[in-house]
Amino acid sequence: MTGYDLVVVGGGPAGVAGALSAAQAGLRVALVDAGPRLGGQYFRHRAGSLPSGRGADRFVRQCRALRTRAELLLDHKVWAVEQGEDSVTVHVMAGQEERPFTLACRSLLIATGAHDRPLPFPGWDLPGVLTAGGAQALLKGEGVPAGRRVVVSGTGPFLLPVAAGLAKAGVSVAGVFEANGPLGLARHPLLAAGKAGEALGYGAALAGHRVPYRTRHAVVAAHGSSRVTHVTVARLDAEWRVLSSRTVECDAVAVGYGFVPQIDLAVQLGCATTHSADGSPVVDVDEGQRTSVASVYAAGEPTGVGGAELAELEGRTAGLTIAHDLASGEGGDPVPGVLRRRGERLRAFARALQEAYPVQPGWQDWLHDDTLVCRCEEVPVSRIREAMDLGATDARSIKLLARPGMGWCQGRICGYAVSCLAGERPQAPRRPIAQPITLGCLERIEDEQPH
Amino acid sequence: MSFEITVDGRPVPVVQGQSVGAALHAAGITSWRSTRREGRPRGLFCGIGVCFDCLVTVNGRESQRACLVPASPGDEVTTS
Amino acid sequence: MSDVIVIGAGVVGAACAYYAAAAGLDVTVLDRGPVAGGTTGAGEGNVLVSDKEPGPELDLALLSNRLWRELAEHGGFEYEPKGGLVVAETGEVQRQLVELAGKQGVEHTVVPDTELHGYEPHLADGLAGGVFYPQDAQVQPMLAAARLLRHGADSFGHGALRLRTGVTVTGFVRSGERVTGVRTDHGDILADAVVNAAGTWGGQVAALAGVELPILPRRGFILVTEPLREPLIRHKVYTAAYVTNVASDSADLETSAVVEGTPAGSVLIGASRERVGFDRTTSIPVLRRLAAQATALFPVLRNRRVIRSYCGFRPYCPDHLPVIGPDPRAPGLLHACGHEGAGIGLAPATGHLLAQLLSGERTALDLAPFSPGRFA
Ligand SMILES: Cc1cc2nc3c(=O)[nH]c(=O)nc-3n(C[C@H](O)[C@H](O)[C@H](O)COP(=O)(O)OP(=O)(O)OC[C@H]3O[C@@H](n4cnc5c(N)ncnc54)[C@H](O)[C@@H]3O)c2cc1C
Ligand SMILES: Cc1cc2nc3c(=O)[nH]c(=O)nc-3n(C[C@H](O)[C@H](O)[C@H](O)COP(=O)(O)OP(=O)(O)OC[C@H]3O[C@@H](n4cnc5c(N)ncnc54)[C@H](O)[C@@H]3O)c2cc1C
Ligand code: FES
Repeated sequence: MTGYDLVVVGGGPAGVAGALSAAQAGLRVALVDAGPRLGGQYFRHRAGSLPSGRGADRFVRQCRALRTRAELLLDHKVWAVEQGEDSVTVHVMAGQEERPFTLACRSLLIATGAHDRPLPFPGWDLPGVLTAGGAQALLKGEGVPAGRRVVVSGTGPFLLPVAAGLAKAGVSVAGVFEANGPLGLARHPLLAAGKAGEALGYGAALAGHRVPYRTRHAVVAAHGSSRVTHVTVARLDAEWRVLSSRTVECDAVAVGYGFVPQIDLAVQLGCATTHSADGSPVVDVDEGQRTSVASVYAAGEPTGVGGAELAELEGRTAGLTIAHDLASGEGGDPVPGVLRRRGERLRAFARALQEAYPVQPGWQDWLHDDTLVCRCEEVPVSRIREAMDLGATDARSIKLLARPGMGWCQGRICGYAVSCLAGERPQAPRRPIAQPITLGCLERIEDEQPH
Repeated sequence: MSFEITVDGRPVPVVQGQSVGAALHAAGITSWRSTRREGRPRGLFCGIGVCFDCLVTVNGRESQRACLVPASPGDEVTTS
Repeated sequence: MSDVIVIGAGVVGAACAYYAAAAGLDVTVLDRGPVAGGTTGAGEGNVLVSDKEPGPELDLALLSNRLWRELAEHGGFEYEPKGGLVVAETGEVQRQLVELAGKQGVEHTVVPDTELHGYEPHLADGLAGGVFYPQDAQVQPMLAAARLLRHGADSFGHGALRLRTGVTVTGFVRSGERVTGVRTDHGDILADAVVNAAGTWGGQVAALAGVELPILPRRGFILVTEPLREPLIRHKVYTAAYVTNVASDSADLETSAVVEGTPAGSVLIGASRERVGFDRTTSIPVLRRLAAQATALFPVLRNRRVIRSYCGFRPYCPDHLPVIGPDPRAPGLLHACGHEGAGIGLAPATGHLLAQLLSGERTALDLAPFSPGRFA
């Protein structure tokens, strides 16, 4: 097998920074991403254009430098990783035709980002209801607004850029409904110091477009037959129980209650996990981004949701550490103190944000008996409660009895909600197959020439 | 630059570089799949290949995530 | 105080508790985890008579087959009497299959190669023939276990059935030699009899009572495809090699294709067998072999996607027979474990026979071949 010193999975801010730092230190690096362009979520951009937003110039420079120093395998999906004797094997499917092949590497950097964390509510599976990140990706990556009149709802500071982006694109944003209280950004001492400027910027943008921003409010139901036509917006108490409600007309909804780090590959390799302040299972790493498994590193959202700036910093840290570790670990601490201190600050900030925007239990009262929790297997909440009544005491046994999480998405979308309903913290997901693979590909994996 | 693809035989315009799902959504087609049990309509949800709500058949290749597949001129998309 | 404590809320423990309650006994079922969280949660749910050599296990399977049909009438879990088709790659193997079927004395139809596609339209060309077993069935084992427990709790006037999840058995209460209850992380619980239905962990539970049961984990992987809109596969279909693999003593990896559709639309592909302890690390080479064997049987599966794989640990006994009955070394302790790859199929008969023992009736089958005493 041909070998790389480092394979990086993920071409967002973390992966690109990690790959570049390692390549600049002289390592032979390959970066794999499922998408057609570098950028990940934050720097998602349309074909033929450049990323925009804070830090975009820097990211574009990093990508240019990376192109000449590392192998870029775009439009390549990683479906499994395996620990070998003294290397890691990365199983990849290439292109639309999904040609299977494997990469061998001395170290692996997992920089696979996160996906949205939605909560179910009546009508959440109506067309036109998108995740907040989904609406953002559609706009940034494709130039397509989610609708003409859009409602943005959920919790967390991410709702602001989503709404501001839509408003700027000429969409009528019927309102931003933040389920948590107003103390969020501005009044939190740490948060106020950190990013109030950015938040104020979005706030001003929204005000300029006369977009109403309401705290302690959320979309608790969506209505329509083949597409959402209106939503029920409720005023909530501190536990998110409905106090009163009204109807808002719209043709699209963008909802998000935070993000779920994508840690499937790390779990496949047996990396230890822990929980972050928002309740998500995350990969446990040391100050050099080393996981508990030798030769395996993680950076960006898989180690805890913290945004693009922290992701980039963790990527750089990982790249430097990997180069250092491969050079048999001599010559002191590879990570400069300034990076380390900035990392500590950004992590504290990320943690404070997660604590300022928790998910409160009252959402469970928004559900009707027939509200689907699992969209794939069409499992209503009544069946989940029935399974619990039969002796299923955790999310896994609920899945075995009632099937939420057994379908196409393998619980990526409903997993958090099912864990909440079970009254437990989400467990690290076991997904030995991180991307669906045809049996025809699977039976050929070792016959294909290594890259 | 733009071109057309067909969706169940109907022409749909695409801007170069767009995914099949984005082109459909932009054309006002927000649902193109119905669920197995209850026949509920589905289209884009997560937008990044995670939810599998947006599945389509592209040029005979089944179960493709419309939000991930880039559209190419003349693509024949069928839905279920 | 209960009449009986059952350790383990898998399908075997559930069946034991159900039949004991039906016989008028008060039963408490304990499990350290949730209901069906052990190997039952990894099983495919085949209720097979086709893969058993003539002998005590086949007798148990036939009894169980009938009992599953009865239990299914209560409803609440999927039960599909869809039949199993064993196929032969060569004429010689077909001859052996037909011979086995004759010896089994089980209802079957010999299927010549020309009629295979009538049974399974998508089966590969070039197979030499097969044998169809109409009694082979499939249940959803997790839901079946949970429903049996619930049905047992709801139905019987005399016996009461209680399920306590999240309770770990850590030892036994003894009165002299006799087992009179269990020690748990939630305190002691007393009973006249204790049933060890701890599946793959049955040996560990037995050890708590100072007796040895040689039960070892035999790992198996399953591939699960995307849900298909059209049912491509009608029966449970497997190759003759499966029968020899099941009966093998080797610790090494063995695989043979077992392919079947499910009511949920997914196709399940098994089965591998290897003894590697409780190692959950996914083995890609095993997944690859399963894929190759499944597509060799059903080429149409090549462009279907696998969305999931999982593994479980069958409770393996060196002589491939379950352990059912009282332990002469620890009076008051009975075993109902070690069913290897057939515990779902064999659960009702196991529960039924054990309930007969507990209520002092004559057992419907001779339990001697399954006796724990064989390891004494
Ligand atoms: C849909 C969505 C939209 C978002 N939009 C914004 C935004 O506009 N502004 C903002 O501040 N934050 C946004 N975020 C938050 C985002 O998580 C961070 O801002 C930032 O992008 C994290 O950087 P990262 O490098 O950790 O991961 P990402 O930027 O998410 O990069 C991860 C990359 O890994 C790739 N990948 C994952 N798994 C595999 C695999 N198995 N095989 C191959 N490739 C794989 C993905 O394709 C992706 O490109 C968004 C998040 C989501 C989920
Ligand atoms: C891949 C695979 C496919 C299979 N397919 C089939 C099939 O198609 N048909 C078939 O018939 N069989 C099949 N089997 C085998 C079948 O799954 C098992 O034989 C059966 O599930 C065993 O059931 P059980 O109740 O004995 O054990 P389990 O379901 O494992 O239950 C034992 C329970 O005991 C509990 N326990 C253990 N120790 C303690 C303790 N100290 N205190 C409290 N509780 C404890 C555990 O938590 C567990 O829930 C398959 C197995 C595998 C792995
Ligand atoms: S919209 Fe979720 S996978 Fe395409």
